[in-house]
Amino acid sequence: MTTLAPGTELPSRVGPLRAVQQTCSLAWRTLVQVKHNPFELVDFSVQPVMFLLLFVYVFGGALGGSYHAYLQYVLAGIIVQNSLFTTLNTATGLATDLDKGFSSRLRALPIARFAPLGGRIIADVAKQAWAIALLYAVGSIMGFRAGTSALAVLAAAGLVLVCTLAFAWILVWIGMLMANPEKVQIFGFVVLFPLTFTSGAFVRPATMPGWLQAFSKANPVTLLAEAARGLMAGGPVAVPAVESLLYAAGFIVVFAPLAVLAFKRRA
Amino acid sequence: MTETMAAATRARTASAIVARGLTKRFGDTTAVDGIDLDIPVGTVFGLLGPNGAGKTTIIRILATLVTPDAGQATVLGYDVTRQAHQVRQLIGLTGQYASVDETLTGTENLVLIGRLIGLSRADARHRARVLLEQFRLTGAADRAVKTYSGGMRRRLDLAASLVGRPRVLFLDEPTTGLDPRSRGELWDIVRGLTADGVTVLLTTQYLEEADQLASQIAVIDHGRVIAQGTSAQLKAQTGADTLDGVFLALTGHGASPTASTDDLEEVNS
Repeated sequence: MTTLAPGTELPSRVGPLRAVQQTCSLAWRTLVQVKHNPFELVDFSVQPVMFLLLFVYVFGGALGGSYHAYLQYVLAGIIVQNSLFTTLNTATGLATDLDKGFSSRLRALPIARFAPLGGRIIADVAKQAWAIALLYAVGSIMGFRAGTSALAVLAAAGLVLVCTLAFAWILVWIGMLMANPEKVQIFGFVVLFPLTFTSGAFVRPATMPGWLQAFSKANPVTLLAEAARGLMAGGPVAVPAVESLLYAAGFIVVFAPLAVLAFKRRA
Repeated sequence: MTETMAAATRARTASAIVARGLTKRFGDTTAVDGIDLDIPVGTVFGLLGPNGAGKTTIIRILATLVTPDAGQATVLGYDVTRQAHQVRQLIGLTGQYASVDETLTGTENLVLIGRLIGLSRADARHRARVLLEQFRLTGAADRAVKTYSGGMRRRLDLAASLVGRPRVLFLDEPTTGLDPRSRGELWDIVRGLTADGVTVLLTTQYLEEADQLASQIAVIDHGRVIAQGTSAQLKAQTGADTLDGVFLALTGHGASPTASTDDLEEVNS
């Protein structure tokens, strides 16, 4: 295939179309992994539904007066929580590739430098979109009624995807620094658990102690959950949505370059 | 190396790999310390040395995965740092630190690489089938790689690096941890490749392996070439017939792994 006749020069860069194809091939690779590891399907399908059922039917009455009222409140929150936790998979997947040497194999191939990262992110966004649709469907069966339009519900899904994609850069950066899937998992939980549970995703911050309220109101998870809730169940949208997007922009500006730098350093 | 010199090398294509003063430091440790190499096209060149001698780092620099701190290197006339993309179109890499995706099947791994380097879906499938056949993996083609034995795993690793029909192949300790039978099989495959004009640079800790495959051997210690020649020359020079013997004769110390550098290399890979 590659013959070196004198005078012929090999291409010095990857064309944009090829780069997109390579990214898609690597996205396919991450999605086809699910076929061989059905347990992963449980991870991103059964687990979020279980969370929804538990929160609504077990805690719902106590937290929201009635489980039905709580469902209206919490569905958006659980969608946000689940999406954020899914970003951990992006990071552990990348760390596994570094750890096992698969990224060395990829980096020695004549492919676009961002293709491995881009492929994984696209695959994980696809998984998230699936989980959001699933949660919304199960929520509807349980009695959730959108107080808005179908378009607004789609906008909520879009907003959650965009913001978690931005948030993912933090964990991708951590994944690159640690290059050890177990450590990334542990560290990720230590960051994600407090961040999600001190937010307004599950309960109104108004019942928290004053100092925690202050933190909760500035917590990006609160803002995103509020915006998604507004778009799905009805309520204020504009302010929390804009603030969420500002956070998202901030995460990208700060952590995407750090992640790419860390990726290059891990030669 | 200037562009014209690079072009001249390319036209001559007498040397597949040229390195001048390659140096790489990790913190305070100099993993590669001024390495010079001239490897003719179509030959097998062996880098022989203990764990932590710097062999893997040399391979990683030449395979465009690590940028050297000093010195230059070309692969078939292309500079490994400034023309990395061209180099990547010419090389294959197999070794401790370049593996396949364990969760995918053998076929899927090879098809993925075929697609990545620009083969059509049909061509990638065909190429995968041919390679799996050649490496006696047809029976395991549709099994996840994590169920493979060590020998099968290495064969698939090697097959994966051959999807793009590389002109230069880097083998980083290709047979470490393999039983004698699997080792012999891999040696036969490498001989077959050189018969097709592929240049092979391999690292090994076994003098016998270098002896069996390599026409030229460079003995590496602490990131430096401490001796170079054919295996007969090295044995005659040192009067030894084992790596330990050659090492003892050349350095005055044994070939026991220098743990600190080795760990560092792993961390940085």
